[in-house]
Amino acid sequence: MKYISEFRRSELAEGLISHIRHQSKEPARFMEFCGGHTVTIFRYGIRQVLPPTIEMVSGPGCPICVTANADLDRAIALAQIPGVIIATFGDMLKVPGSRSSLQKIKAEGAGVLTVYSTMDALKAAEDNPDRPMVFLGIGFETTAPTVAASILQAEEKGIKNYYVLSLHKLCPPVIRALLDSGEVELQGLVCPGHVSTIIGSHPWEFIASEYGIPCVISGFEPLDILQSVDMLVSQVEKGQSKVEIAYRRGVRPEGNRQALRLMEQVFEPAPARWRGMGEVADSGLKLRGKYRRFDAEANFNIEPGPAVEPAGCICGDILRGVKTPADCPLFGRVCLPESPVGPCMVSSEGSCSAYYLYGEGHGG
Amino acid sequence: MEDKILLAHGSGGRLAHDLVEKSFVKTLANPLLTRLDDSAVFEVSGRLAFTTDSYVVSPIFFPGGDIGKLAVCGTVNDLAMSGARPLYLSLAFIIEEGLLLSELEKVVNSVRLAAGEAGVEIVTGDTKVVPRGSADRLFINTAGVGLIPEGVDISGGKAKPGDKVILSGAIGDHGIAVMSQREGLSFATKLESDCAPLGGLVADMLDASQNINCLRDPTRGGLATTLNELASQSKVSIRIEEKNIPVREEVLGACEMLGFDPLYIANEGRLVAIVSAKDADKVFEAMKKNKYGKDAVIIGEVAAGPAGRVVMKTVLGAHRIVDMLVGDLLPRIC
Amino acid sequence: MCLAIPVLIKSIEDKEAEAEIGGITRRISLWLTPEAKVGDYVLVHTGYAINVLDQEQAEETLALLREIAEAEEAG
Repeated sequence: MKYISEFRRSELAEGLISHIRHQSKEPARFMEFCGGHTVTIFRYGIRQVLPPTIEMVSGPGCPICVTANADLDRAIALAQIPGVIIATFGDMLKVPGSRSSLQKIKAEGAGVLTVYSTMDALKAAEDNPDRPMVFLGIGFETTAPTVAASILQAEEKGIKNYYVLSLHKLCPPVIRALLDSGEVELQGLVCPGHVSTIIGSHPWEFIASEYGIPCVISGFEPLDILQSVDMLVSQVEKGQSKVEIAYRRGVRPEGNRQALRLMEQVFEPAPARWRGMGEVADSGLKLRGKYRRFDAEANFNIEPGPAVEPAGCICGDILRGVKTPADCPLFGRVCLPESPVGPCMVSSEGSCSAYYLYGEGHGG
Repeated sequence: MEDKILLAHGSGGRLAHDLVEKSFVKTLANPLLTRLDDSAVFEVSGRLAFTTDSYVVSPIFFPGGDIGKLAVCGTVNDLAMSGARPLYLSLAFIIEEGLLLSELEKVVNSVRLAAGEAGVEIVTGDTKVVPRGSADRLFINTAGVGLIPEGVDISGGKAKPGDKVILSGAIGDHGIAVMSQREGLSFATKLESDCAPLGGLVADMLDASQNINCLRDPTRGGLATTLNELASQSKVSIRIEEKNIPVREEVLGACEMLGFDPLYIANEGRLVAIVSAKDADKVFEAMKKNKYGKDAVIIGEVAAGPAGRVVMKTVLGAHRIVDMLVGDLLPRIC
Repeated sequence: MCLAIPVLIKSIEDKEAEAEIGGITRRISLWLTPEAKVGDYVLVHTGYAINVLDQEQAEETLALLREIAEAEEAG
């Protein structure tokens, strides 16, 4: 497949691995923020091929994992309103909330529709005009513009039964909060590739300039990750700290202006709850007043009941990179992919899921 | 107005009798079935393989096949995986009231064609009709009987370190073809299900050598799940190489788009064979000469490692564990 | 996070396009990339094109990686 297969070629990987090994003298801890990067790293065994000087730690860039129980409970409560259909990305289906999950209530007869795109949700709304279709808005800056576009399309087409429950989150504020907590010391950050496609490279500048941490914006194929690690090692060895784009085919420094425009038109920053980090100011998105009629928060009486955190679950610590799944007393014993306690085990890119499914041999 | 199946068609009266005669017996005609006795009576001598399956695939028509073809091939393949020559099938239909007669007849015709290719006869059957909403259009239950040749002893527990693992063809075709018809995922593809009867392929393989230790078809849960089952049953490890595993471009494309791993996608016309090293090449060559094994690949080998573990060497040369599928495959955005 | 894959635009109708990857075709939205043309590769996330893939940059990156590989083999 064009522009995918070329970035998986083993002979080019060997060259990069060799270059990294030759360059890397200083011990360095790099965090890959983004869950999609975590998946690639585990799926291809990248930790195994890096030299022992480099430690990789996974960060909280999994929008599924960082959705707080209280917020998921709201989505579940919405779906339990008679007649309402919740349209959701597949990722959220099995995540346990305080008492249930979308998958469980679906089995009990609640309206839950799995979709690949808001386009599918809009179509379902048109096909079922007398049932409210609420789209569960999960995801970072990559996804938020697509949801914004869906609201504008609903407006254009006069679709009256389409709503969005916005649980969207923004990355730069939470990285700042993570660095401010002082819990994890990093010598480099692998920055999210597709978030950067939207927001560009400037929003990451503060990490290099204020915190002195090298940043490289990476693509998602194994060669992309290896190239990014190579560039981080180079900065570390030269004592530099700047923001570089490795993923040049996918990211422009100014980002995607159209996407940013639509996102700003429909959404405004709001405080958001992050699992493991509590409330972080201006790190979420809510619908602007102008689009109130599409806002599920404004149009439905949502009564989720009290939020309960699962006893013993340390997803929060794992998301912040201060603990690993191996440190969790529930991991692999009580918390398993078929019976997850927390979202890190459910989400395909949660650390625990990656550790469990891809198993042995990872150095970190 | 098109003819529909009604509740009365399942109640045993004249309408039911007519349906069985016209739509089933006439199409599937063979001496045992045509007698229309309560049970089919036949003699066989030797070791028998006996299997049962239920088919609830939705949608019932998909590119490359339908629930009828699937029912025959699936049952035939279960028998073939024991090394048996499939002989006779039973076919029980549970029809949702309102199914079009033309749809039913299309399914039964597929059964006829698949049975013909597989060399089996449908010798007994049953028809029930349930109220609208009690079944998803059509469910089919089957049972099958086959004869195992002398000296053949195939079981999931017989893999030994050093054995070679052979896969008969590209993975993921069936699952993706069916998924392409599903609501909410809307994508178009020319990809067809690989649904096929493998009795002939297995017979050819057994002709080449009887040192075939395990045979299994990687259906639900995909290749990954099947390899894990075999590794567990035999208490061995299985080591495979990512670069050896054949996957069609369309399957890769759909998997990329939806966030799936081809290792977990269902196949309905493929098998995994675990063969003693000394006969692996012979069996492999025999497979390549058969229509349903022409794309066969040796994907790895059995090792004396932790029991039940499947390890894959990635294109980077590193190793990762391949676990079995947990729960359902869900499309993801992340 | 943010699975987005490169697909090829085969045809455009208003703000939507037929896009193809490895023989799979799907209708995608161009709301976020109005500048996309037939023949472009775009990165698609949840059915929306989020970027027109810079093919020149892709080739440059691959050339760079080949250089590194050759240097490592020689050195």
